[in-house]
Amino acid sequence: MSVSPAINPVEPFLRTERMPHIWCPGCGIGTTVNCFSRALVDSKLPLDKVAVVSGIGCTGRVAGYVKLDSFHTTHGRAIPFATGLKLANPSLNVVVYSGDGDLIAIGGNHFIHAARRNVDIKVICVNNFIYGMTGGQVAPTTPLGATATTSPYGCFEAPFNLPFLAESSGAVYVARWTAYHVRHIAHSMVEAFKKKGFAFIEILAPCPTLYQRRNKLGDGLETMRYYKQHSVIKNGASTRELKLDLKGEITVGKFVDIERPTLQDAMDQRYREVLKESYCGRGGA
Amino acid sequence: MDSAAVQAHDASGHDQAGRAGEFNLVSANPKSVLTGAHFMDGDHAACEGALAAGANFAAGYPITPSTEVVERFAARAPLVGATFLQMEDELASSIAILGAAWGGAKSFTVTSGPGFSLMMEHIGLAAMTETPCVFVNVQRGGPSTGLPTLPGQGDMMQARWGSHGDYEIIALSPNSPQECFDLMIEAFNLSERFRTPVMFMMDESVGHMTEKVVIPPADQIKIFPRRFTALPPNEYLPFDANGDGVPEMVKAGDGYRIHVTGLTHDERGYPALNWRSQQKLVSRLVGKIRGHADEITHCNEYLMEDAEVVLIAYGITSRVALAAVQKARQEGIRAGLLRPVVVWPFPEKRIRELASKAKAFVVVEMNLGQMVNEVERCAAGTKTVLIPHAGGNVHAPEEILQVIREVTQ
Ligand code: SF4
Repeated sequence: MSVSPAINPVEPFLRTERMPHIWCPGCGIGTTVNCFSRALVDSKLPLDKVAVVSGIGCTGRVAGYVKLDSFHTTHGRAIPFATGLKLANPSLNVVVYSGDGDLIAIGGNHFIHAARRNVDIKVICVNNFIYGMTGGQVAPTTPLGATATTSPYGCFEAPFNLPFLAESSGAVYVARWTAYHVRHIAHSMVEAFKKKGFAFIEILAPCPTLYQRRNKLGDGLETMRYYKQHSVIKNGASTRELKLDLKGEITVGKFVDIERPTLQDAMDQRYREVLKESYCGRGGA
Repeated sequence: MDSAAVQAHDASGHDQAGRAGEFNLVSANPKSVLTGAHFMDGDHAACEGALAAGANFAAGYPITPSTEVVERFAARAPLVGATFLQMEDELASSIAILGAAWGGAKSFTVTSGPGFSLMMEHIGLAAMTETPCVFVNVQRGGPSTGLPTLPGQGDMMQARWGSHGDYEIIALSPNSPQECFDLMIEAFNLSERFRTPVMFMMDESVGHMTEKVVIPPADQIKIFPRRFTALPPNEYLPFDANGDGVPEMVKAGDGYRIHVTGLTHDERGYPALNWRSQQKLVSRLVGKIRGHADEITHCNEYLMEDAEVVLIAYGITSRVALAAVQKARQEGIRAGLLRPVVVWPFPEKRIRELASKAKAFVVVEMNLGQMVNEVERCAAGTKTVLIPHAGGNVHAPEEILQVIREVTQ
């Protein structure tokens, strides 16, 4: 690639004084951040009104690198932090950017409840199938048979199907892409930013240092090749039927794009209906 | 028992909102202040105190005996422009209030023992990120599920250091519904003044007792506003504590593009994972409380002028202790009561002063010995006796009186 750093479109969105970043060569997280920057440009969101909230983990470090209001919170709790932030300051576009272990294992309860409430936040989940920051332990997303440091003989627990979990919990927008699908990711992010309510994008991303290496899946480049060859785009597919395992076909696409009242709208509507003119609105006290 | 009399002898000798001296206080918003004389319990009064203090965001999870606080807030919020959300658990409640604070709100959460244990994670995050907010703990008997409907004071050390790592905290302990109102305002003011989470340590007895609560007109309630910076974004360093150890704040969405992390960080808010940054940051976080202890601590004293036996008690226990002091006086025993209203930081200086005059300290608390260790440390050899109680019921004044008699013999 011969893109000169001066015209790197991502640079205005990064805290360049914090570079180099901590991610390994070939890691997919940086790719998703490129897509995020692209989506910010394309969506024309006012950047002062975008806040990024992360939990803990490799992806949890995204909040530290983006030149936006950004909050690096506790493990699993990015979503409830984001919920408070959004309710207190409804003019913000709040994006939760974190990993699969953070959002779905320790943070799983918050994930399903925020989707149920349809909190107006956008959740980007980079799924690398293991815990990266702590050295490659088994996660609730690890495919059956894949090895991890704490499942040395292969994972024997069924993984979560994240789009299905998100949809059945109430998300109004659900998509899955791989790090290979950079244009699709950026496009989905733009759609999610425009969407009112709980939007969820899962991005499968290579962790060459731990997951790929331990499972003999090659380096970052080889993983990209696998993503390219084995992904099948099925927009509108039933989330229950999505394919994803150690080496087989991967179903990607946009699966859910529906309308229902957000938490804030439902709250306002209910108060207005019941309390009539005694309802003061919110954010005033 | 005359709690009004205890309040009348405020040893610090100044009204609480007025302590902050050089800072500009503002009047409460009349919309949120239920001015008048009421008959309400401590839980409800705490809610009204929070509203009067300007709280416009609360998140909570039901737990006995604290739930009435948020039940009232849920009913009042839409009438005064505030937001309430019942979360999925205490982990969520305790961080939703931090998100709200960074969104510009004044926020609090409410819980009791088991929920307080879950909230420790975010008391630490609030301390580390210097997020102003209030945690209310209506204490019940513990450990674990313990006595859900009965009082305890077993969470006092947990309130101080329950989250991991090294930090200092501010904690208050009201002993009447009136104080649940009054001190809640002080709790919010202290949290804004020092940018720190403040623990509001009630107990089941105070939470559920119903008494007269007088809520003054809004213009008599003084509020410490958030210390927002006046600097433009290019000059502002989010964690640069100029002068008094407390940095100025901004809120998300104002164009400052701040980074806030629970990692050890530098003045820019960026992670700085080395011992020098750790030393600097943690020393400042601890120092901003310890270094202002004289401004923060607040005790009530009763019959202390000539006291030989100094009772030390806080929360509901201070009312029983006062009854015992009054009985002792009738017997001609020179007993007095010192009641920490702000329990953390500990009123170390005052105890040291008293240690040179008093014959004995008698510590009455509804646990098997927590605050007594602090008293003993400051007593410098002066006899210190604990009257413990495992919780579930307040002490009997007779039992305290008996100990007072014994120590004077
Ligand atoms: S450990 Fe894996 S996920 Fe973490 S930075 Fe390295 S490659 Fe990326």
